[in-house]
Amino acid sequence: MKRYSAFAIAREAARYHSGWERAWRAPEPKSKYDVIIIGAGGHGLATAYHLGKNFGITNVAILEKGWLGGGNTGRNTTIIRSNYLQDPSAAIYEKSRSLYETMSQDLNYNVMFSPRGVMMLAQTQHEVRGYQRTAHANALQGVTTEFIGPKRVKELCPIIDIDGPRYPVLGALWQARGGTARHDAVAWGYARACSDMGMDVIQKCEVTAIRREGDKVVGVDTSKGPIDCAKLGIVVAGHSGDVANMAGFRLPIESVALQALVSEPIKPCMDVVVMANTVHGYMSQSDKGEMVIGGGTDGYNNYTQRGSFHHIEETVRALIETFPMISRLKMLRQWGGIVDVTGDRSPILSKTPVEGVFINCGWGTGGFKAIPGSGWAMAELMAKGRSPLTDEFSLDRFRAGKFIDESVAAGVAH
Amino acid sequence: MLILTCPCCGQTGEESEFHGGGEAHLKRFGPGSSDADFEGYMFMRENPKGVHFERWRHAYGCGKWFHAARCTMTLEVFGTYPAQTTEPPKELRDKISKKRPGWSWGAFS
Repeated sequence: MKRYSAFAIAREAARYHSGWERAWRAPEPKSKYDVIIIGAGGHGLATAYHLGKNFGITNVAILEKGWLGGGNTGRNTTIIRSNYLQDPSAAIYEKSRSLYETMSQDLNYNVMFSPRGVMMLAQTQHEVRGYQRTAHANALQGVTTEFIGPKRVKELCPIIDIDGPRYPVLGALWQARGGTARHDAVAWGYARACSDMGMDVIQKCEVTAIRREGDKVVGVDTSKGPIDCAKLGIVVAGHSGDVANMAGFRLPIESVALQALVSEPIKPCMDVVVMANTVHGYMSQSDKGEMVIGGGTDGYNNYTQRGSFHHIEETVRALIETFPMISRLKMLRQWGGIVDVTGDRSPILSKTPVEGVFINCGWGTGGFKAIPGSGWAMAELMAKGRSPLTDEFSLDRFRAGKFIDESVAAGVAH
Repeated sequence: MLILTCPCCGQTGEESEFHGGGEAHLKRFGPGSSDADFEGYMFMRENPKGVHFERWRHAYGCGKWFHAARCTMTLEVFGTYPAQTTEPPKELRDKISKKRPGWSWGAFS
C-alpha cells in the first residue's frame, strides 16, 4: 500500500494524478478462512482490523451483502461521545473515543475526527438531576465531563434560545472531548488497512446460510458460493436477528428505523454538537455547512430503511423552539437506518450457543461512536475467548438479570 | 407511512393515530417459571424480516387494543383483528399464505 502524505499529493500533482492506487482490493472469496466477519460496516471492519493489528490474525474475510459502509455506518449523525452512566458502558465507549483521537494516524486515512465538544441539554429538572448524576459517575470512571449552567451553554452555542417558553435550558452535560468524524472515511480507512494486511473485503456477497457440524460452526453459504471458516463473527446491526436465526439461536433484539436529515448548507453558526433529549432532537453542523439533525425511532419493527414523515415533523418542530434560527431552513435530504435495540439499550458482544460463532450487535441508536472500541474488544473476544471490555455485555445477561441499563442515561438520542 | 384500520371502531387512520405495543401472542411467564422461560417472555423476540404480528392501540381514537398482521419489509398491512385471541384468525393466515407463500412466525405458518 502506498501511504498517503503531503509528499504523495505533491508527487501525484506532478504526474496528473496517474499513480493513485485502489484503496482496497476487490477479491473473489477463497474456499477457506480462519475467521469470517459478516458485515463490512464500521464495527465489522474494526473487528477485522484489530484481529490483524492486535493479534496477527490476517486470514480473514469480511463479507458484505451490499456495499461497504452502506448500512448504518453511512446513515448516522456521526456523533462521538462517552458520557454514559454505567461503568461497563463508560469503559468501552471511552476506549472507543480515545481510539478515534489517533485513528487518522493509525489508519493513514483522514477520518476528520473533530473533537468539537458534545453538549446534552437539560431542559427539565429531572434531566438536571440525571445529568449531574452522570457527571459524578463520569468523574469516578475517569471520563472528563462537567455539568454546566445555562450561561455557559449560551457562550458555547450562541444560537440556542435558553429561555424557550416550554423547555428552557437549565444546564447541560458537556463533554469537551466528544465530537464528530467523517463516517464514510471510518469505513473506507478500515477497509484499506484490512486489505493491506491481506484480508479480503468482499462486497455484494450475501450470506444465505450458516453451516454447522453439531454445535460448531464450519462455514457459510453465500451468494458467491460456500466458504469455510473456523470462527465466525456476526456484526450486522439491524439484521442480527435474521442472521442469528440462520445460526440457530434467538436474540433479545428488535429492529426499528431511526432517521436523520440534513438542511441546505449555511455559513458556520455552531461549532459544537447539541443534543436535546427531552424534545428528541440533536443537531450539529457538518464541514459543508449542512445542519445534521437526528430524531427518534419509529415505534414498531421495521426493515424499510426510510422512516416516517411525522417523525421528521416532530423532530424539527421540537428543535425550532430551542434553535429559532433554523425555522426558515430548507431540509435537503432525509434517510433512515435499521437499528437493533436490546431490552436494556446496551450492546451485546458475546459468544453464542454455537461454538465458534461470536456476535456483536445491539448498539441500537448509538453505534457509530463505538466503532473502534467495539472492534478492539470484539477482536480480543474472538482471538482469546474473552475480553475484559465485553464481559458485562454477554448474551446471557438477560437471563441472569444483570442489565446495563442505559435507557435512562442515554435516552433515545445517541 | 402505515395505514391501519381499527377492528374495534372500524376507523382507518395513519400511524400517528395509533400506538405500537410490540410483539403479539407472547406466552406469559411469571413467578415460579424457569429462568429460560422468563427470559423468553421478557426479552426474546421474533423480530422477523417479513410477516409479523403485533399489538396496537388506537390511542387517539377509541382507545382499544387490537392485533395487526404486517410485513416489516414493505409495511403492507395484511389485516387487523380483535385483541381477545391468542392466535391470528384462520382466514387472515390463509390470506397471508396467498401473498407470502411459505411464511412462518413463531408457532404459526
